[in-house]
Amino acid sequence: MSEPKKVQGDLVLSHVTKSFGDFTAVDDLSLTIPKGSFFALLGPSGCGKTTTLRMIAGLEEPTSGTISIGSTDITDTKPYERPVNTVFQNYALFPHLTIFENVAFGLRRRGIKNVDAEVERVLNLVELSHLKSRKPGQLSGGQQQRIALARAVVNKPALLLLDEPLGALDLKLRRQMQIELKWIQTEVGITFVHVTHDQEEAMTMADTVAVMNNGRIEQMGSPAELYENPRTVFVANFLGQSNFIDGSIEGTDGDNVIANLHGVRIVFPKTRNNANGKAVKVGIRPEKFRLHDAGSSAAGNVLTGGIITDISFFGVSTQYMVEMPWKQELMVFEQNDGGAPDLAKGDAVTLSWEPQFTFALDGTDPSQAK
Amino acid sequence: MTHWLSKNLIRIYAVLAIFFILLPIFYTVAFSFNDAQKRNISWQGFTLTAWLNPCEPIGICEALGNSFKVGIPATILATVMGTMIAFALGRYNFRGRGTTNLLIFLPMATPEVVLGASLLSMFINIKVGSGLLPVIIAHTMFCVSFVVVTVKARVASLDPKLEEAARDLYASEWETFRRVTLPLVAPGIAAAALLSFALSFDDFIITNFNSGVVDTFPEYVWTAALRGVPPQANVIGTLMFIIALAFVFAGQVLSKRRLTK
Ligand SMILES: Nc1ncnc2c1ncn2[C@@H]1O[C@H](COP(=O)(O)OP(=O)(O)O)[C@@H](O)[C@H]1O
Ligand SMILES: [Mg+2]
Repeated sequence: MSEPKKVQGDLVLSHVTKSFGDFTAVDDLSLTIPKGSFFALLGPSGCGKTTTLRMIAGLEEPTSGTISIGSTDITDTKPYERPVNTVFQNYALFPHLTIFENVAFGLRRRGIKNVDAEVERVLNLVELSHLKSRKPGQLSGGQQQRIALARAVVNKPALLLLDEPLGALDLKLRRQMQIELKWIQTEVGITFVHVTHDQEEAMTMADTVAVMNNGRIEQMGSPAELYENPRTVFVANFLGQSNFIDGSIEGTDGDNVIANLHGVRIVFPKTRNNANGKAVKVGIRPEKFRLHDAGSSAAGNVLTGGIITDISFFGVSTQYMVEMPWKQELMVFEQNDGGAPDLAKGDAVTLSWEPQFTFALDGTDPSQAK
Repeated sequence: MTHWLSKNLIRIYAVLAIFFILLPIFYTVAFSFNDAQKRNISWQGFTLTAWLNPCEPIGICEALGNSFKVGIPATILATVMGTMIAFALGRYNFRGRGTTNLLIFLPMATPEVVLGASLLSMFINIKVGSGLLPVIIAHTMFCVSFVVVTVKARVASLDPKLEEAARDLYASEWETFRRVTLPLVAPGIAAAALLSFALSFDDFIITNFNSGVVDTFPEYVWTAALRGVPPQANVIGTLMFIIALAFVFAGQVLSKRRLTK
């Protein structure tokens, strides 16, 4: 019988590194997850998300660094001494126990005698109370997922870790469970650390998203902040589509930076500049561009001399591919609301966008620009 | 006609194969009811005499008792030792693991006559002599191999995530073993124990070398065969078959219930 430490507060990872032999899975990771928040760890497969979660749960020992909750250092404690519970990637329900006993497992191990009311309450929360005498093998994937969640939530941990909990579900069920999970998190008020490689899932559910790549956090912030102002090519590409135009910075004008893109002068706010030197990659999301007939005037940053090479109709929007004089193809989304001119393949066009929608990345950003 | 044949060939083959396997058992059961006078070889007519007096032939029930005296301790020892070895081999990486895996197979691969003869000389040399004790030791030795192989397969198929989930849910190492690992490996351990007992009960060669003046059931039957095996031997054989069948059946029902209700 073991009682977890009664601690509350923010989760703090400080310079956490995990190496397997000479391979570094998690590299000097530092982050703070505020108490009560819905935090998403987003990144491609193999970037170290699961390893990070396992270290927080105590199933893996960091090679160096410390992990604490509030002011309590938990780095060297056993998994069963931590007020942390996990919803595993493939649920890991105990096949030989009933649903009721699966959910009651944590309570019983902590020596709580009267578990019925608590188990019942949580089973009602996930709306599966009627299945409590079944065995996990008799449940559908979606039901198993909810039991895995109930089994963790019933313990009222300080921290709930979810490792791609919706990965095995089909798209429709996934969307439904995303809403449900978010609702349950608000209901129980526990800090959720949600790991996923699905950017849409991370963006719709989390208060804060950390984008991970090669064992490091590339950028952390609210979903809108990450989308509108990505600081690396990797983040920009991982969260949606972007155009990148190479250029060089020529100077400043008040709060703005002036840059030269293949002979065209454009401006963007200083706050949006992430370039270290003169070389810059100017990023513009496809939906931020406006299309005009060649020759008509446009406000903001303007690029002339484009030729439409391809048009795809998507229903709510239309995607145009526009070839620029420097032979680069740019992607443009226009809403189908009658605002854009009638255009056909081969038409000459002018592009414009508002300077504040620009994000300027370092010209030597090593990540692959698409 | 040929169409019918090609469609049912598999079934015909299955029936023949099952018939081939079950015929000796059928023969054993049938001849336990034979009204045999001296030799229980040709059918003489139906009687319940043997079933009503199973211990009548001198020494037969004593031999059966000896078989249990050997089989039960050998099964317990082999199951406990073999399960521990299976966990060590299936779970941990240590120096000499590959060699141990190989050595475990040796008793299964060595001809029994060779084993039996060497065991006898070994037991005489270390002054254990012959009797039931050396037979128990010898049976434990070869049963361990089978237990290790059976249980190891079960340990290997156990998802380590389940044990991690238990530890995550406040179970200490010991409680994780007791509540999750052991119940999930138990069917493998039970199968291994059954197999051990059957192997021990059945063994003749190694037993005959090392038992000295006492006889186990197979030894009794062997000796009796010189004069004529009494139908009581068939009665005991039939009973053992029924008990084994009951165990297997109970195991099937239990494992089905475990995963449903
Ligand atoms: N026990 C281990 N031994 C060796 N390499 C490992 C181990 N666990 C994970 N890795 C490696 O660490 C990297 C990160 O793995 P993981 O954290 O599971 O990634 P993610 O969950 O983001 O897909 C992967 O390249 C993986 O192969
Ligand atoms: Mg993973």
